[in-house]
Parts: sequence; structure tokens; C-alpha cells
Amino acid sequence: MSDLIVAVPRGALFSETLDLLERIGIDASEVRSNDRKLLFEDVGIVTMRPSDVPTYVAEGAADVGITGKDVLMEQSEREVYELLDLGYGACTMVLASVAGEDPMEEARRRLGIVRIATKYPKIAARHFAATGRQAEMIEVKGSVELAPLTGLVDGIVDLTATGTTLRENGLVVREEIVVCTARLIANPVAHKLKAAAIDELLERVRAA
Amino acid sequence: MTATDPTSAAPASAPTIHPIPSGTRDVLPDEMRELRAITARALEVFQAAGYGEVQTPALEYEDTLARGDVRGAPPAYRLFDEQGRVLVLRSDMTVPIARLVATRYASAEPPLRLCYLAHAYRGVRPQRAQPREFLQAGIELIGAPAPQGTAEALTLLCDVLDAVGLADYRIGFGDVGLYQALLDGFDVRDEARERILAELVTRDFVGLEREVGMLALPAGAAEQLVRVPQLRGGPEVLSGLDGPAGEAAEGLRGVHALLEPRVARRLIFDLGLVRELGYYTGAIFQVYDPALGVPIGGGGRYDELLGRFGRPLPAVGFALTVERLHVALAGEERGERA
Repeated sequence: MSDLIVAVPRGALFSETLDLLERIGIDASEVRSNDRKLLFEDVGIVTMRPSDVPTYVAEGAADVGITGKDVLMEQSEREVYELLDLGYGACTMVLASVAGEDPMEEARRRLGIVRIATKYPKIAARHFAATGRQAEMIEVKGSVELAPLTGLVDGIVDLTATGTTLRENGLVVREEIVVCTARLIANPVAHKLKAAAIDELLERVRAA
Repeated sequence: MTATDPTSAAPASAPTIHPIPSGTRDVLPDEMRELRAITARALEVFQAAGYGEVQTPALEYEDTLARGDVRGAPPAYRLFDEQGRVLVLRSDMTVPIARLVATRYASAEPPLRLCYLAHAYRGVRPQRAQPREFLQAGIELIGAPAPQGTAEALTLLCDVLDAVGLADYRIGFGDVGLYQALLDGFDVRDEARERILAELVTRDFVGLEREVGMLALPAGAAEQLVRVPQLRGGPEVLSGLDGPAGEAAEGLRGVHALLEPRVARRLIFDLGLVRELGYYTGAIFQVYDPALGVPIGGGGRYDELLGRFGRPLPAVGFALTVERLHVALAGEERGERA
């Protein structure tokens, strides 16, 4: 199994991913203690932001990787195998707007279109299209919660674990779009050429 | 500094940049020499095996490609001629050759052996670093049914990869009908079937398991529908398949039995293999190399395509993407991890 390169996401999924790797016998102690180093060749681990994991895995720079379903849905054009729902890191993709009377309702009624800020323009656009509503997506990179408070948009689509940040900014959840958990993905070529190693990894993760 | 290597020349003045369309590129002499070495070897191997080289127009009528069913490999460019007819730049060579065979070889005695070296053009999904124009080297063997025709194509595929010097390649080998037969066997139809196949095509086994789980199937059936498409490896993965899926497995075994050991050892049986083109009917294959994270090419049987053009003949073919083959060769030379 040591011949597999695993792409590990830093950020919210980092700690639980390292716990999982340790449970299946990969020594991740150096990865945990050194937050500047990115490549850990001895144990076959590369670390990166979660949204880069599908890129490295699709191109074969890593054989397998772990990232959130939200990232995979947003980058659905990346050709990777989605092998396993790891169950942890559960977050909900929600549509939210400021508390009180929903400003999205008024926008829809009077202007025919809702303006939405999000880091997930594809997921958001798909949700509005699937429910037959018109919306304009505004992609932001930083704190999405700011956008409706400043009047930039009528609502936001964002990922939330506990809803605390939304509440603290006076926002309420209007719709739940999808629950996202961590997924194990594989490069399509590695999935064939390293079938035994990948299947063994799958077995160990299922048993962990 | 030579005239053929402008990149090493110190610029006398800032260059004037003239853009080229997204997804296309220029090839300069150093790269071209290497590409030409590959394509020359490939054509030699094809011609030595009795495959005659053909050329077709880069432009086809849109109706021609629609007849061929190129879903999954949509054309990148459409234009109108002076009479308002819709023309497209071909998205592969198999459909133009099916047209050519029906029209120009209407009464020729099969089998027909044709090869080509040609550019194809595909619309690519946004944000993916993939060319819209790429060079394909391939063959079509028309009028040769399974399993002999398939075995001949696989053997030639290995011959050409050996001749260009690729060392560690493997060939994924499956059947487009196998999973369909499994679904038939468990009487999974209509919308549920479409949803399951959509998960398979997008390589999402988590979604596949979820969709299968939503059906009221006996435990054994559900287990098979989830497990079988994840099987890949030696011929042993074919055991345990019965009913209609067993027939497809029997077909793959039949081809395998005809192969020389040097070809057979390259195969990876893959029961979840899918190809993006819509015209495949039976055995399909895909070429992998450890030095490249994406397939180098592939092919398969298309026993019904010629019939759509009015000359019903069983057929099989493959195409290699020359640029990807070149990258894989360069990667193997650098000793990239296996």
C-alpha cells in the first residue's frame, strides 16, 4: 500500500483524515506536527487545500485522495473515481438570507431574479435551475456571509456545519440543498494499474 | 542558438502576440520531429498488417455525425456552407470512415482494413486543460466479427505500442453490454436504470450504491450490481457471472483465448469500463500507461454503426491520441513512477 500517493486535504477535514490514515496503519505523525511541509514521501502523503485534491488526483499526481463531496460536485468535470463515502466531515449546503422577511422573495416577485453570492457557483446554479427559478450567481472568495449584509446580494449558498457563523451574522437557513461528507477518490488510470493496492486500501478503510 | 529553436534566442524586441483559438496549439520542429517519429512507426505497423491509409475531409455534414451517435464526444466547431447547410469538424474518425465504407466500398468484399492519421476536434467541458484539436492514429477493421476481429485489433494495438517503444502500457478490456445485461437480468428498467448508468458513467460508486439501494432488490442482486462494475484484474474476475452477463463474459473469454501471451498479459479485465462514444456494441478497450494519469487511447466493437450508414457489417477499431502517447513516452524515458 505504501506505493500509493494519497492527497490529504488541509483545513476542516485534515485532523479526521489523519486519524483515519493512522487507524489503517499509515504513520501520519509528521504530517500532523509539521504544518509547513507539503510532501511526505516516506509515507506517500501530499497535503493541499481540499479544492485542489480533485486536480492532483485527476491528473495522476496523486493516486488517491480525500476531499469533500461539495468540492467534487463543484468540480464535476474532473474525471476521478468516487470510491467511498467516509462519513465524516458532514456539512450541509444551504441557501440562506437575512433573518426576518426573506429578501429573496421580494427580489423574485419584483425583479424576477435573485442575486446569490457563493463559493460554489455551479452547485448553486444547478439548484436554482433544478427548481425552475432564475438566479444570478456572484462568485466570492472570502466570507460569503458579508455579501447579503452589505446589500450585494439577496441570499447566499454556502456550506455550514453547525450554522453558528450564519446565526452570528443574522442569517437564517431557507433551504437545505445537499449534505456533503468526505469522499475517497482515485485516479482513473491508477484505479486500473494499481487495482490491488487500491482495493486493499478500500478494505482497510471500510474496516477502520 | 539555431533558427529552429526560437525559445533560446534572446528577443531583439518584444514579440507581437497573435492569439490562436482556445484548445489549439502550434508545434515547432523539435516536438514535431518526435511526433513524426511516432506517427511514421505507427503507419508502418498498420500498413505492414495490411491496413491501407485513408483520408477524409476534416469537415462533415452535421447529419453524418448525428447518424453515427457521437454523444459524449461532441463536436467543438460548427459552421455553415454557402447553402446554409450545417458543417462540423469531425469529433472522431470512426464515423467518417463508416460513411466512407458505405459510400465508396458499397460492394467490396469484407473484411476491409483501413488506417488513418488525422486530427479530430471535440468540445471540451469548461475549465479542463484538454485540447480541442488532437491527432489520432488508428485503424478500423470492418467486416470481421468477434472474437477473431477483436483479437486482431488488440494484437495490432500491442504491435504499434511496442513499435513506438512504450514499455509499461496495459489495456483495460471490458464489454459495454455486460452491465446492461446485469441490469436486464434483475429487471431494472426505465428511470432507475438511467440513474444507475449515469452514476457508472461519471465513475461515482458511492452514487451507484445509493441508487441501487433505493431499488427493492434481493440482497444478492443489489450486491452484484454494486460489486461487479468495481471488478478489474485477471480473467478470474469473469467467473461467477451467469445469465445475460455471463454471455458478455463468455465473449471476453473467447477473445482472450485467441490472444498470444504477449498480448494477453497486457490485458486488465475491467467490468466497469465505459467509453464516451455512443456507437460501441460489445468489447471495448482503453490504453493506460503508468507515466500518464489519463488514458492514451482506446476502441472497441461497433457492430451496428455501419448498418446505420446502409452497409451492415460488424466492425472493430481503435485510436491512439498521438500527443498523449508522446507525453507517456517522454514520462517513461524520465523514469516516472510505475
